Amino acid sequence: MKSKSRSLLLQKIALHAALTPLAILWLFPLWMMFVFSTMPDHGIFSPEIVLWPSDEFAANFQNLQADTNFVRAMFISIIVAIVYTALSVMLTSMAGWALARYRFAGRSIVVAIILGTITLPFAVVVIPQFIMVAREFKLANTWIALIVPPLFNSLGVLFMRQAFSMMPGELFDAARVEGVREWRIFLHIALPLARPTMAALAIILFLASWNNYLWPLLINSRPNMMTAPVALGTLIGLTKVSWGGIMAGAVLLTAPVLVVFVFLQRHFIAGISAGAVK
Amino acid sequence: MLSRNRAAYAFLAPYLLIFVTFWLWPIINSLLISFQNTRVNPWRFSLSANWGRLFVDPAFYNALYNTLIILVIQVPVMIALATVMAVLLNSPLLKARPLYRFAFFAPVVVGEVAYAAVFRLMFSADFGIINKLITSVGFSPVSWFDNANAAMALVIIAITWRWAGYNAIILLAGLQSIPDDVYEAATLDKVSKFQQFVHITLPLLKPIISFCVVLSVIGTMQLFTEPFLITNRGGPGGGTETLGLLLYRQGFTSLNFGYASAIAYTIAGLAVAISLLNLVLGKEKK
Repeated sequence: MKSKSRSLLLQKIALHAALTPLAILWLFPLWMMFVFSTMPDHGIFSPEIVLWPSDEFAANFQNLQADTNFVRAMFISIIVAIVYTALSVMLTSMAGWALARYRFAGRSIVVAIILGTITLPFAVVVIPQFIMVAREFKLANTWIALIVPPLFNSLGVLFMRQAFSMMPGELFDAARVEGVREWRIFLHIALPLARPTMAALAIILFLASWNNYLWPLLINSRPNMMTAPVALGTLIGLTKVSWGGIMAGAVLLTAPVLVVFVFLQRHFIAGISAGAVK
Repeated sequence: MLSRNRAAYAFLAPYLLIFVTFWLWPIINSLLISFQNTRVNPWRFSLSANWGRLFVDPAFYNALYNTLIILVIQVPVMIALATVMAVLLNSPLLKARPLYRFAFFAPVVVGEVAYAAVFRLMFSADFGIINKLITSVGFSPVSWFDNANAAMALVIIAITWRWAGYNAIILLAGLQSIPDDVYEAATLDKVSKFQQFVHITLPLLKPIISFCVVLSVIGTMQLFTEPFLITNRGGPGGGTETLGLLLYRQGFTSLNFGYASAIAYTIAGLAVAISLLNLVLGKEKK
């Protein structure tokens, strides 16, 4: 028994000895992002190794705001992410409900198409989407262009469909016998039951919208309609730019989602692992 | 029953409308545009303008080569690392589990632009913290942005940092769905931990690993932001230009939509082909 507990202790030590350096390595870029955001530019580009934060965040933020209107860009990003998330959860819930709870002609085709698009990269639609939205609809540099085209989401529908199909059917049949209309059954019985799934989905969608880069870069290139990642991206690579300011912007983009992540980790993880494990 | 059918279509309609407008039609349209010479006005049908050009364009072969190199090196390294992370995080012996989870999972929520910016600064040749650390232990500094191989390594390091935790989350969920009694039986039979990992964990985890590989392949095939922002538009001299970046350059810098569409279809075709190959190989070995 004694040797067993000793080998367990050794295993424990080996486990932490392997994981701790890896964890520190993984936290290092995030820590440095924070440290850089508090350092003056001459400090960032000095020969010394600095691993501890300074106190210049406010000055860096002012530099950032002078280089690009970051406050406005943040505002646009927040509104877009909120509206996008609400609309997308609504659309995918409705579609997921239809696919889970009704038998209708064409259902299996719709499911097959949705599954098929999962393996299709966004690259394949980006050119025609851009031509359509920017040139035919003349919607470049608008809120609609940021929010509506990315609404199609195949994983979300499958996620919601699974949640609805796991609910007991008697619940809905009983309501139907009482003469409750279909949309009321959906709104007042099914949706409240699907709340945990919707929460997980909403978090993932919000994050996707908040961090979305390529589409907003293409479609909203006018400075007063840029999202925060696009505005920050325009500064990277410029020669006369405050790097402390860029890092302050990176922190402002990252800190809110990190805080949300810490408190809602369970939902995040549920949302990300939903695709893989049935 | 009829009215319930109608309800189903009503629930599905808004979603389908978005799908048809912003995916189905663009997918078809993209194929049509790829057969048009879009550098003349009005556009004209042409087989050679795009598809013909693709097969003789050194820029395409360069981007294809770079993309496949990243795919072949980065995806296996990252999946292996993610598997190790997941297995260790799943150990009942682990203390301070939330702290470790935070370390590995946090990059998942960090946006591409924010992390591209910090990697660019950390690896900056003259006063980047990484080169300062490298020289402080006596090695010579690496010119991460001027040397094509180093730039490629940087892109691979960055993507691995950003996505290993994401895959570890998926793999961890897979691990947790393996029933404990499988391991208990093996432990009673005095099968070592490592043997258990090779003969129980890995085979049971294989479908999940292959799901991760497919996701990573799709992501890598259209890789854009990292070479665009970290290595400065695919630099040095196209050394890190990927297919995603070439698509961007042709479509939105040169405004040659036809050629960009042909590249887009190539990306999609390769992504689907590699994903299918992976699924087929995964099935056969069972």
